[in-house]
Amino acid sequence: MEFFGLTLPSYGWETVLGSAVSGVFLGAIYALVALGLTLIYGVLHIINFAHGALLMLGMYGVFFLWKLAGIDPYLAMLIVVPGGFALGYLLQRFVIGKASHGRDEIILLVTLGLSIVIENGALFFFSATERSVLVPYDLDGIDLGVTYAVWPEIAALAGSLAITGALWLFMMRTDTGRAIRAVARERRGAQLVGINVDHIFAVTFGLGTAIVAAAASLLAPTYPVHPQIGNLFVLIAFTVVVLGGMGSFVGALVGGFLIGITEQLGRLYMGESLGVITVSVIFILVLLLRPTGLFGQRSGQG
Amino acid sequence: MAKDITTTTRRTFIRNAAGGAVAVGALGLPMVARAAAAVKVGIVHPVTGWAQYSGSQCRAGAMMAVDEINAAGGIKSLGGAMIEPVLGDAQSKPEVGAAEVEKMAEAGVSAIVGAYASNISLATTQAAAKYGIPHVVDVGVSDKIVSRGLTNTFRFGPGFGAITKAGVASFLAINEAAGSPTKTVAIVNEETTGFGAGIAGIMTKGLEPAGIEVVEVLSHPTPNKDFRNIVLKLKEIDPDVVIPSHYYNEGVLFLRTLQRQKVTPKAIYSVLGGASSQYRFLAEFPDAAQYVMDCNHWFDPKNPAALALKKKTEDAGLFYSYEVFLAYTAMMFTADAMERAGSADREAITEAMASSTWSGSIMPYGPTKMENGQNTGARPLVMQVQGDRINVIHPPEYAEAEAIFPRPM
Repeated sequence: MEFFGLTLPSYGWETVLGSAVSGVFLGAIYALVALGLTLIYGVLHIINFAHGALLMLGMYGVFFLWKLAGIDPYLAMLIVVPGGFALGYLLQRFVIGKASHGRDEIILLVTLGLSIVIENGALFFFSATERSVLVPYDLDGIDLGVTYAVWPEIAALAGSLAITGALWLFMMRTDTGRAIRAVARERRGAQLVGINVDHIFAVTFGLGTAIVAAAASLLAPTYPVHPQIGNLFVLIAFTVVVLGGMGSFVGALVGGFLIGITEQLGRLYMGESLGVITVSVIFILVLLLRPTGLFGQRSGQG
Repeated sequence: MAKDITTTTRRTFIRNAAGGAVAVGALGLPMVARAAAAVKVGIVHPVTGWAQYSGSQCRAGAMMAVDEINAAGGIKSLGGAMIEPVLGDAQSKPEVGAAEVEKMAEAGVSAIVGAYASNISLATTQAAAKYGIPHVVDVGVSDKIVSRGLTNTFRFGPGFGAITKAGVASFLAINEAAGSPTKTVAIVNEETTGFGAGIAGIMTKGLEPAGIEVVEVLSHPTPNKDFRNIVLKLKEIDPDVVIPSHYYNEGVLFLRTLQRQKVTPKAIYSVLGGASSQYRFLAEFPDAAQYVMDCNHWFDPKNPAALALKKKTEDAGLFYSYEVFLAYTAMMFTADAMERAGSADREAITEAMASSTWSGSIMPYGPTKMENGQNTGARPLVMQVQGDRINVIHPPEYAEAEAIFPRPM
């Protein structure tokens, strides 16, 4: 096959389709990590640099619940998701909000500082050793013909769809969701009609952290946890957020799949090292043609 | 693990400091006197970043050697001088490793042991050369390390070329003993740190005369978080034998992805397979590890000191991996050279290393002879995971069991 003068290796359709399917699974993981990030951006208008560190913390939570108490990583969601919400709420209410004095550039630095503290704390207490959560159904799954999909991958895909749907419903149907949207659109106006903006900020940060904790549960059976694990996903998640439109849930989902499939096919044809640049190419193209991202609106929510 | 190292370091430090204080107090000498009482050796490894596990294992091995040497009375020809370790973290980046060496030069180290990965070792040896500090590379197998004409650089273990050639020879012997079922092989190798540069050439040259074709070379970066594409390609190509060559994390992910995708070649025969002959991988994923063969660094399974170190390592709650015994050996080699030199002077130690005939190692090596800094007596062994054991299967003089090949389905 010829592509811009480069001769690309040719593979059978089964290999290509298998690669694309694996891109869907990879994309689901990217979308899941991007979802909490885009929610926090949409409302607080800050980029949460501590997102990766919180993902890592969640994965350690899942790991220790499994290791010490024998709790299945998916069941662990019942503990780490409320735990994540509480942690996120308290962090925003008593650390980020207090330290930033309402200035966005300070919030940015505070979250960056938090990520450094959390990562080095993890290195100190948990050491650098990688730890794997082993589930008995690790190798079972569905034979799709072109590739084999194991339960942990299927669960991550289903989980990211379900969590996106649930978040959308929450934002549309509940009073808290409406209050969050009101704050996102018009901070001062929301304050005037009696919404406690500080509380809503903290709830949003808590929700974002709860989602990343759910992501931690879904990732744990596939990826071993170590203090740097968050960085592996968060850099791409930032790309997904911008690509999908900052603050858009559907954008995060579609962007995640788009990046996942692009990355896998790029790596298939251009080699594992060079192939990753296809992600940047798609990213730049979308920003050139649609500067607000695929599903972005000027006001920044969807 | 980290805690153990800290405790040892602190204890060593206190002991040295106390020794120094006594010397200063008794003789009324200035603080310089303390430097004469201990000889500083830099230990630089990537204990954070992508190579954190392996780097920490290396550090633990080197520290065990330091503790043993000090407990046995230090460097005797230096009046029982204790080895004072100066620890450095290369953060898995060559430039950080080089910066750590600069700090060690400032701290007055007499020698350096490190730095695990090939690309980091290339940088640390070069930085050490500026100050004439003898640098013993513990793991870094890239043959570039000892071919740049740096007189300060030594490697006691085997390099990539020697390992691959030995690996090919052993594979041909194992294949022939099984009735030569192999017609095609595919190579899966890492290309970021470049330790395995040229693997395809060496393999092709060695395998083709035996009628075995290298049908595909699949390279990937380090770290790499997904091996699905590579495994899908292997499924399509369907080679008889897959030959991986990469680091621990990628080794784990690759072998698990093969298992998840139900791709089962006649054998996985790795050359420096990272995870293949690792007790940790065997403990965590016994099914994925089963029957994997690996040509790699290994201790002499019949040497009592090697087995004693294995027990000691396991008692400390660590896995006995090649990182541990290679870094341990590199430190022992360094101490022996200091003993021979009878001096903490960098140049004298360098000379003692270049002319070393040390024979006390726990490795299955021939007589020590340094050529351009490379120990020509060094060699790898071939191991296979069989049940809950990692058995040496080749060459016959070290073998603990017969190779199981092709693997049972």
